[in-house]
Amino acid sequence: MKISVNGKPMEVEPGLTVEGLLTRLDVKREYTAVAVNRDVVRKADYGTVKLSEGDKVEIVRPMGGG
Amino acid sequence: MYDTSLVLGGKEFTSRLIVGTGKYASMEVMREAHEAAGAEIITVAVRRVSLPSGESILDYIDTKRYTLLPNTAGCYTADEAIRTCYLAREAGLGDLVKLEVIGDQRTLFPDVMGLLEATRTLAREGFIVMPYTNDDPVMARKLQDAGAACVMPLGAPIGSGLGIRNPYNIKIILESVTVPVIVDAGVGTASDAAIAMELGCDGVLMNTAIAGAQDAVAMARAMKLAVEAGRLAYRAGRIGKKLYATASSPLEGLPDWTS
Repeated sequence: MKISVNGKPMEVEPGLTVEGLLTRLDVKREYTAVAVNRDVVRKADYGTVKLSEGDKVEIVRPMGGG
Repeated sequence: MYDTSLVLGGKEFTSRLIVGTGKYASMEVMREAHEAAGAEIITVAVRRVSLPSGESILDYIDTKRYTLLPNTAGCYTADEAIRTCYLAREAGLGDLVKLEVIGDQRTLFPDVMGLLEATRTLAREGFIVMPYTNDDPVMARKLQDAGAACVMPLGAPIGSGLGIRNPYNIKIILESVTVPVIVDAGVGTASDAAIAMELGCDGVLMNTAIAGAQDAVAMARAMKLAVEAGRLAYRAGRIGKKLYATASSPLEGLPDWTS
């Protein structure tokens, strides 16, 4: 199925969890946060929240700013 | 001279200079500048990770020592800003937020309607809200009433280095609210920071003035000294301004040089 991760299209297997996606992308968990379709996903729910076709995933962390 | 702490949402800080992490020539220079500024609070932006994820800015910030202040820069609606704050909190960046709701791309002036709405929501959700606002005393009071932990009026547009353009409004803001007043944006050089503190502000927040200086580390130290000097001068109580001279030396006892 197709999802979008940080604005880029990505093909993933159906039923993939947020945890599975982060592992697949090798994203560090520390100081990282995830939103799916505009809603923040709590860290405790990474393993249970399953992604669906067309989901928009945002993975963010702190960057330089003022 | 004994001084009180800067208190934000019950947290106490000794340093009154808040600095950023943007636009530095290198991460090493940034780290040294933070040290030289003597800052305790450091602002960061919240952005998409680059994939694959590599080096993090937090490799260069000791999070045990510094309090991180995530901002909502780039948000143009209350909704975007609120969601960004939730992301920041979930990322483990704490509940102190520098709230920006931008109303115009060219000036980066705040959209005060959105700012007020976001302040109210976030304060209710337990965030310690530090709103970046314009230098309007009426809005400052409304933000305080909405639950802001401080108000952060701009001295001049973000990154402009124009200094404190309307010190009289800043002065009126100081009389209008009881929460701390922190000048955010517009500082170009040390005297600008000193002026903000001499007016009675509780702190100054800056990024570009330090990061963009030719020697960022030296400028960071200059800003530290300026904030301290300005604060001390404010507390010392300056003399009044007069149009004409008042002699510093006694008028009596002058020798007679007439021949």
